[in-house]
Amino acid sequence: MTDLVADRWILDRPNSYIGRSVPRPNAPRLAEGRGTFVDDVELGRRTGHAAFVRSPHAHARIRSIDTEAARAAPGVIAVVTGRELAEIHDPWVGVLTHLEGLKSAPQYALPLDTATWQGEAVAAVVAESRAKAEDAAELVAIDWEVRPAVTDPATALDPDTTVIHESLGDNLAWRRNANFGDVEAAYAEADHVIEETFVFARHTGVCVEPRAILADFNPAEEQLTVWHNTQCPHMIQNILATHYRLDEHRVRVIARDVGGSFGIKVHTYADEIATAGLSILLKRPVKFVADRMESFVSDIHARDHRVRGTIAVRNDGAILAFEIDALTGIGPYSMYPRTSGIEANQIVNLMGGPYVFDHYRAQATVVFQNKNMMCQYRAVGHPIKCAVTEGLVDSAARATGLDPAELRRRNLRADDSYPCRSAQGLPFENLSHQESLAKLLEAMDYEALKAERDALRERGVHRGIGLASFIEVTNPSAMFYGVGGARISAQDGATMRLDARGNVFVATGATEQGQGMEAVISQVAATAVGVPPERLRIVTGDTDHTPYGGGTWASRAAGIGGEAVAQAGRALRQQILRAAAAMLQEEAANLDLRGGVVVDAATGAERIGLDEIGRICYYRPDTLPDGFQAELVATRHYVPRKYPFAFTNGAQASYLEVDVETGFITLIDHWCVEDCGTVINPLLVDEQIRGGIVQGLGGALFEECVYDRDGQMLNANMADYLVPMAAELPDMKCGHVESPTAESDLGAKGAGEAGTCGAPAAVMNALNDALAPLGAKPLTDMPFTPRKVLRALGRI
Amino acid sequence: MQTNVDITLRVNGAAVSRRVEARMNLVDFLREELGLTGSHVGCEHGVCGACTVRVDGRIARGCLMVAAQADGAEVWTIEGLSDTGELRALKDAFVERNALQCGYCTPGMLLTAAELLERRPDAGRAEIRRFLSGNYCRCTGYEAIVDAVEMARGR
Ligand code: FES
Ligand code: FES
Repeated sequence: MTDLVADRWILDRPNSYIGRSVPRPNAPRLAEGRGTFVDDVELGRRTGHAAFVRSPHAHARIRSIDTEAARAAPGVIAVVTGRELAEIHDPWVGVLTHLEGLKSAPQYALPLDTATWQGEAVAAVVAESRAKAEDAAELVAIDWEVRPAVTDPATALDPDTTVIHESLGDNLAWRRNANFGDVEAAYAEADHVIEETFVFARHTGVCVEPRAILADFNPAEEQLTVWHNTQCPHMIQNILATHYRLDEHRVRVIARDVGGSFGIKVHTYADEIATAGLSILLKRPVKFVADRMESFVSDIHARDHRVRGTIAVRNDGAILAFEIDALTGIGPYSMYPRTSGIEANQIVNLMGGPYVFDHYRAQATVVFQNKNMMCQYRAVGHPIKCAVTEGLVDSAARATGLDPAELRRRNLRADDSYPCRSAQGLPFENLSHQESLAKLLEAMDYEALKAERDALRERGVHRGIGLASFIEVTNPSAMFYGVGGARISAQDGATMRLDARGNVFVATGATEQGQGMEAVISQVAATAVGVPPERLRIVTGDTDHTPYGGGTWASRAAGIGGEAVAQAGRALRQQILRAAAAMLQEEAANLDLRGGVVVDAATGAERIGLDEIGRICYYRPDTLPDGFQAELVATRHYVPRKYPFAFTNGAQASYLEVDVETGFITLIDHWCVEDCGTVINPLLVDEQIRGGIVQGLGGALFEECVYDRDGQMLNANMADYLVPMAAELPDMKCGHVESPTAESDLGAKGAGEAGTCGAPAAVMNALNDALAPLGAKPLTDMPFTPRKVLRALGRI
Repeated sequence: MQTNVDITLRVNGAAVSRRVEARMNLVDFLREELGLTGSHVGCEHGVCGACTVRVDGRIARGCLMVAAQADGAEVWTIEGLSDTGELRALKDAFVERNALQCGYCTPGMLLTAAELLERRPDAGRAEIRRFLSGNYCRCTGYEAIVDAVEMARGR
């Protein structure tokens, strides 16, 4: 850990746009329906449309595939099997060396001989239209040899359970054990050792825009161009090049507008890789857009955890120890290239994060199963570790008789104790748990709310209040993936260029999926250079035209991409001032750039406009002093180096009412106070928080991928898979504490996942607060459906 | 079985005639035949509302109608209603309030909101939420959308 001292020059710039709710430059275009999503891109009549034949079985060997009838169907261009596609690509294995011992089997774009989940694409049909491709896909006849499906993680490792990949020996993907301090001694010292089991259902992202890819291979120049709604264009470029044996500069990935991603669109999906292969094979553009049914069985799922958690606490409220034993089933393969071990790893790493305690023991077991693959989805692992931690903290409050807020106050890390390390040894640079909780309690008027709840209880109205403190990983360094061998960029770059009319082009490796990246980039760029945002043109999502970068994941875009823009902007300003100085025969140090005009730094008096500088530098460089060459392009890159992540923190609260007759839960209020360091755009941050909260609420109350014992997903449509809709949600109050990271000049940390992290825990605690006086055992099995509530109340 | 149908309709104020497959739904027709890609496809089974368009003065789900049913109809999409300026107050409020993030649900949301403001100009927040409950948005958590509808009403 290092004591860092940041230079906050960017916060002190005149006419700063940092901290202002400026509107998003790309919003009007989207609101008029003039966006460019992948399915909106047309490459003409030679485009083939792909439909996949998907396995109806969770686990089955392909004895043979008869494609003859499909090939003869109207409009069909080709029918391609796994073996045919395997001739032009190499399989991948989703492991990382820093998750020691994690194993997985080689995965092909289409499997060679065995389908390992219901919904896995096993053959492709390309036709003149998607409808014709679907018609023909129904004519592909597969002779299946059905094998026993491994569906329950609890029995996946039993000796008589079928092994999904014989080459791996068993169904264990990974196990991690961690042990810090002396948990047994803590248990002996504690007045209460409380154990609960928490269950988190499988759910999925349900981006309104499904996954989509349009691949166009030009054999004459061996050039593959793909339009793809990915969060990470450079990562996909690398993957397509590597696995189709192309040079990386022969692959161009373009990600224009993306209709929501939340981690769903950050992975290597076999059907998308297959689509690129179909274009290579057929030497023509091929488009694949997942329909909703196939999205449910092929977009990654997440969570699916069963966690036995233990807390040891003294009567004075001091938390002495946490312990967890976590079990998760990740589907038949570990996802490439991020792996499916990260969610479990995060839980082990982050349990108990807000609190001071010395003793910790954890085991996480990750097994293969014949269900759709699981991987990183918004707030990876966080909703789980937060709900287990906060559920146990509330159990401790009940056991000690302390108020839940008071118990937290006594155990939360002190705001003046940084830098310091967590019980697991992770470094915290600068957090604000105590202040965040205090602000939260004030915002909700905690004491008055408790009085209201108690008064209503007397009248038979059952309301509950739930609190949750949390930490969150943002701004990941190369310690997150790169160190384990993944070719995923932790650094990001920005290139800025002054044009001849004095406007500025900004190309960034960060990407936009709706979170407001373009606004954040424009605010930072405008401030760093000294121009109004209207003079900027932002370019994102094109591997041919943006600096190499990681894209958007793990709440990194503003903190890392934004910092690169800040540095590039400052460099461009200095270069512009050197050019101005040459023109004005002045010292550059005496000049500044403000509002798009070069001014005298001391007096603010106008000296020369940017348009004039552009004109002279580009059209009349002959008038510049001998030997002076103006450079009006600057590129800078940035990656955090001192800390592996910039942790953020916050606290949430939920207030809800339970109808004890129907089991229905009505959300009345929700609060979040959150500390993401420098707030670049308050409006965007709050809407990230709100959207994130609602995603967390979905997981807590509604969303579940329901599977039967044979591995069939039973609710793979939007009528049966419930997502949060407007009517069932409360208004949400957001507040902020700002503890900037000193690792960057901007000081921004991520804000995209905090809402999702804390909401399920807050709702769970509120629900159990409402149910406790009725004698119900705590409900810890998400989603909390009316049926589960009634069962907890003993009514059914 | 008749597989193709000739249809004539007005789309965004202009007359359109096409021969379409009988099974082609309205939103695919608008997107693929007319290039009106502002109407989106999110589920194709009538739940998400991303495909919402206006047919004969009322909002309709473009994935639940076949194009042939729109023969003789007056269809308006986000593109047309943006050009006429009818949605301007709503659009400006959505942008100002950041009531859209990825924007994929937004065209459908705006058309639904416009109908709400026309039919229930005095709707309170709960009623706005109920009216918008057929339009799924994964990004915003809806609060900003409700705010934006209230803002637009005042303009
Ligand atoms: S696409 Fe029509 S309602 Fe979803
Ligand atoms: S703004 Fe993305 S789905 Fe609504």
